Amino acid sequence: MTAPVQPPATPDLLYSQDEEDLRSAVRALLADRAAAPTVIAATESDTPYDPQLWASLAGSIGAAGLLVPEKLGGQGASHREAAVVLEELGRSVAPAPYLTSSVVATETLLALAGEDGPAAALLRELASGARTAVLAVPFATPPAGPGPALGPLGGTVRGVADARAADVLLVPTSEGLYAVEASDPAVAVEPLVPLDLTRPLASVTLTGAAGSPLADAGASAAAVRRGLLAGAGLLASEQLGIAEWCLTETVRYTRERRQFNRPVGSFQALKHRMAQLWLEVVSARAAARNAADALATGSPDAPLAVAVAQAYCSGVAVHAAEECVQLHGGIGMTWEHPAHLYLKRAKADSLAYGTAGSHRQAVAELAELPAP
Amino acid sequence: MKPATDAAELRRRTRDLLAAHPPATTGRTDFLRARFDAGLAWVHYPVGLGGLDAPRSLQQVVDAELAAAGAPDNDPRRIGIGLGMAAPTILGFGTDEQKRRFLRPLWVGEEVWCQLFSEPGAGSDLAALATRAVQDETGDWIVDGQKVWTSSAHLARWAILIARTDPDQPKHRGISYFICDMTDPGVEVRPLRQITGEAEFNEVFLTGVRIPDSHRLGPVGEGWKVALTTLMNERVSIGGSRIPREGGMIGPVARTWRERPELRTPDTHQRLLELWVEAEVARLTGERLRQQLVAGQPGPEGSGMKLAFARLNQEISGLEVELLGDEGLLYGDWTMVRPELVDFTGRDAGYRYLRSKGNSIEGGTSEVLLNIVAERVLGLPAEPRNDKDAAWKDLSR
Repeated sequence: MTAPVQPPATPDLLYSQDEEDLRSAVRALLADRAAAPTVIAATESDTPYDPQLWASLAGSIGAAGLLVPEKLGGQGASHREAAVVLEELGRSVAPAPYLTSSVVATETLLALAGEDGPAAALLRELASGARTAVLAVPFATPPAGPGPALGPLGGTVRGVADARAADVLLVPTSEGLYAVEASDPAVAVEPLVPLDLTRPLASVTLTGAAGSPLADAGASAAAVRRGLLAGAGLLASEQLGIAEWCLTETVRYTRERRQFNRPVGSFQALKHRMAQLWLEVVSARAAARNAADALATGSPDAPLAVAVAQAYCSGVAVHAAEECVQLHGGIGMTWEHPAHLYLKRAKADSLAYGTAGSHRQAVAELAELPAP
Repeated sequence: MKPATDAAELRRRTRDLLAAHPPATTGRTDFLRARFDAGLAWVHYPVGLGGLDAPRSLQQVVDAELAAAGAPDNDPRRIGIGLGMAAPTILGFGTDEQKRRFLRPLWVGEEVWCQLFSEPGAGSDLAALATRAVQDETGDWIVDGQKVWTSSAHLARWAILIARTDPDQPKHRGISYFICDMTDPGVEVRPLRQITGEAEFNEVFLTGVRIPDSHRLGPVGEGWKVALTTLMNERVSIGGSRIPREGGMIGPVARTWRERPELRTPDTHQRLLELWVEAEVARLTGERLRQQLVAGQPGPEGSGMKLAFARLNQEISGLEVELLGDEGLLYGDWTMVRPELVDFTGRDAGYRYLRSKGNSIEGGTSEVLLNIVAERVLGLPAEPRNDKDAAWKDLSR
């Protein structure tokens, strides 16, 4: 136990031209439909999700099916492309069930899907964006977390992200994984008041719902782990997008804002803080790309790449958002400035799919640095 | 001679060199001279000056062929200042005669170079330097002053030197750039013992040192522009090669952790994991930078890498001393030695802890690098300054 585990191949950490084209399309759509005032207004309404935005993102751009093979109606792309979509969604903090439906639920089903069968049928619907699904586990569940506590389709799961937007719930139980229609009268989805207004949470209560079985207990556990691992890995790209927006806006603002007869951005104490953030952002980009590439190539290094990315990027997004609020001064504390949306998203994301601390525990196992 | 531009051509030329000068029967210096003359020293340099005007990226083709054949190299770490700083400056600003005279022995390693820039009163504010060069009636320059932090000065045949030639000009405009003969009787080199007990560096006292005008690089008074070329090249070296996981300072600590379970505590475990993650991310950031360079899209990440590694090295080596418990209270050897190379991994934890304190100072302090990132990468405004247009002689020192 003296040699570190080396990654089996050199990851591709750059962006391809296709990925940059996808980024441009997503960014243009979000600029058009999810500008900050629109997002703030939506969070205060009863309709946090914009169905037109989702139809364009999922359907016209084809983002929902990026992870799904072409033979199941998807784009046959990979986690690298999905990561680019998440960078842009992080940059705009738009409420959209992309991470939960198009990544976590989709990846869970991909672990089960053959050419046909119920998982394949559901994947076709998710890939087109016609329907959305969420995995009915608490948003804070780490990939290596404990299995489900639910008995056979009865009980309550608290803190399920995007449950209100979902047409289908993927419910892991002690018996196996089930697909349950959200419209089933035996399903109650109770909205909670979330810290992050742009990713609504709900409690899901099942009272003897009728579900279609997708997998037995063993296959279910492996599929859920795979879904959560992809979710945690690609969440790093969302966190990168959040951090980038916060840094860019803070630099722009401090270059213009004058105090003491100088732009506040000319004070060395502030410049050093923003330069430090820049260094964290470029480092987060390398970590997030590495995780996306490891997932895309099915590398055996993927669990470690994901744990490293989550252990690092969570803190970067929170730090960038906290600095964004502080360096905007009083303006950063107001409801009409979007900085608070990013702080709330960043802090909530730092718990999602496992905290940095839980991912460091995963690193301890995977890198053979055992606890005392 | 038609310039070689592709890998196959370079491979052929390298094999021709090996055939004409078999490493097994050719002396080291003779082989290196022949390699230089064949244009295979630094292939991106001009024909006749050790190169073939080929793309820089093709150097690895030559290096791989030569390494496979067991050919000697020119010990690039030992002559790093010559290769990394003096050579590109001579190439950019030297006369034809200077290029012909200096580049071959520099590359072969027959002549070691050092760099006489920093002064006791001019570190981060390098352009404030006070070493004077005054031209006498013969046209020679007479140099007086003191330099500091000079690596390899005790081994060097030549130095690149910046000195003030016009104190009435603002500080950046009254500087000229010279090639200084380290064997001149006016050059005195004294070891500078440092925090580790060793003397890697020197102080250099210059008293009436005579430099012919033919050893000036670039026009009189424009030495700052020339020096910027040297300094830019100083930081280029980062990011060239691939580092394995745990390839840096985290490696020895992780090995200690695995091999000596009795040293483990919950507190050091948490800190080790945090630093392991940061070291892995820094490695990936360097790898991404490398891939950008190869793809012809160089990014500004390089300016950040030195910052990241300086802080990481300091934190990791600090943890390592603590992790070692009783052993951390001991130090290998305080005897003053003059190492030819700085080798972090070959030494004990206490040495690594102390030596890494220099990482955030040497080659640009972390504070200066943060300013560079803030101003050149992020476009934040400079702080107001009152020293840029005043004559150097009127500045307070």
